[in-house]
Amino acid sequence: MEPLPIQVTVNGRTYSAEVEPRLLLVHFLREVLNLTGTHIGCDTTSCGACTVLWNGRPVKSCTVLAVQVDGGEILTVEGLEGEGQLHPVQEGFWEEHGLQCGFCTPGMMMTAVALLNENPDPTEEEIRKAISGNLCRCTGYVNIVKAIQYAARKMREGMSVHAGGV
Amino acid sequence: MIPGPVRYRRVRSVDEAVVLLSQLGTDAKVLSGGQSLIPMMKFRLAEPSYLIDINAIPGLDFIEERGGVLCLGALVRESTLERSMLVRQRYPILHDTAEVIADPLVRNLATVGGNLAHGDPANDHPATMLALRAQVVARGPNGERSIPIDDFFVDTFVTALQPDELLTEIRIPVPPPRSGGAYVKFERKVGDYAIAAAGVFLVLDEAGRITQAGIGLTNLSYKPLRAVDAERALLGQYASDELLRYAAELAAQATDPVSDLRGPADYKRAVARTMTLRALRRALERAQANA
Repeated sequence: MEPLPIQVTVNGRTYSAEVEPRLLLVHFLREVLNLTGTHIGCDTTSCGACTVLWNGRPVKSCTVLAVQVDGGEILTVEGLEGEGQLHPVQEGFWEEHGLQCGFCTPGMMMTAVALLNENPDPTEEEIRKAISGNLCRCTGYVNIVKAIQYAARKMREGMSVHAGGV
Repeated sequence: MIPGPVRYRRVRSVDEAVVLLSQLGTDAKVLSGGQSLIPMMKFRLAEPSYLIDINAIPGLDFIEERGGVLCLGALVRESTLERSMLVRQRYPILHDTAEVIADPLVRNLATVGGNLAHGDPANDHPATMLALRAQVVARGPNGERSIPIDDFFVDTFVTALQPDELLTEIRIPVPPPRSGGAYVKFERKVGDYAIAAAGVFLVLDEAGRITQAGIGLTNLSYKPLRAVDAERALLGQYASDELLRYAAELAAQATDPVSDLRGPADYKRAVARTMTLRALRRALERAQANA
């Protein structure tokens, strides 16, 4: 089928491309833009390894077509770090040992970022509910929850410093 | 997995969608949240030659009460329904339902309209809409029509929607005083379809007798099921736990589940009885609290 032109902002940079309508967003990110941080896990809308933020909302990029995000903004794990500084969620996964094999980690972190943007002080139950669409076969989730709690604290401290700063 | 070759058009209005549907007929599929359609296309269970993306149609995501009816636009996302204060306060059965559909990531895209239009007996909203006696509004080349939910589900993946019609809205009667509803689902894990689930809506009179009963069941037959005998057994009666147990038994008897990965048919029937009983109890509590 004839390709369609799309324009998508990924991690703050705008890309123009011609894509077949059947091209999945995750394949666009990995194979066209070479952003391989987003993983393909189950490929059946179950595991959440491919989670990215589309206009701020976490979605499974294996279940979205690239043409659908034309004109939109995508954030992937590559876009979390800024100016050599890890995002608090990345730092949390590091500090709290929130991963073992690491395969689910990019998707897990994107869901965590979206949660904390919406709810800066989630309860453990709210965290567990938010990540219930992201599967981890290694950790048993305990350290993932701790990692997100670490990030929440860090982000709140950052905000209060910001609010209090001159 | 990669979907089959397909053409794609993003439409900006219901009229534009209807014109395109009229031209393309069954070759086209409407792309709403895409959380069932895209997986089916990847498995090549669906191979439409055209996708009509309705997500850019403005004003189709309303949740509002108008003239004694709750109107839900076809593009209301499950996550929006889940977060709506109006829905939480006035339609807890809808909140119960939205909260257990798939998982939070899927709910960010999945729509209420799509959940019905897909015609999957394993989907959760059909049972709830059966319990609530909803109406489905569709727009076609000859204008708009309203389809009672009892006429909407025709067969597995088949609804009363014609190939040139677009589901635009769902209408639910505003709950009267002394009414309550609940949806209870048993699933193997978050994100899975129900082993069995039940949606119940009850209305009581001032004396506490049941004057209206709606019971819808999920994934227990070839299409979404209304438990007619169970509803009838409740009407005009005072709600005792014995009565609720009897109705739940009748509901279970009405099911026709298939044995599969989620368990043998007898097991599912037993779970259906328990889910119906729990939904009846919760709906009754809410109706009594709503006096």
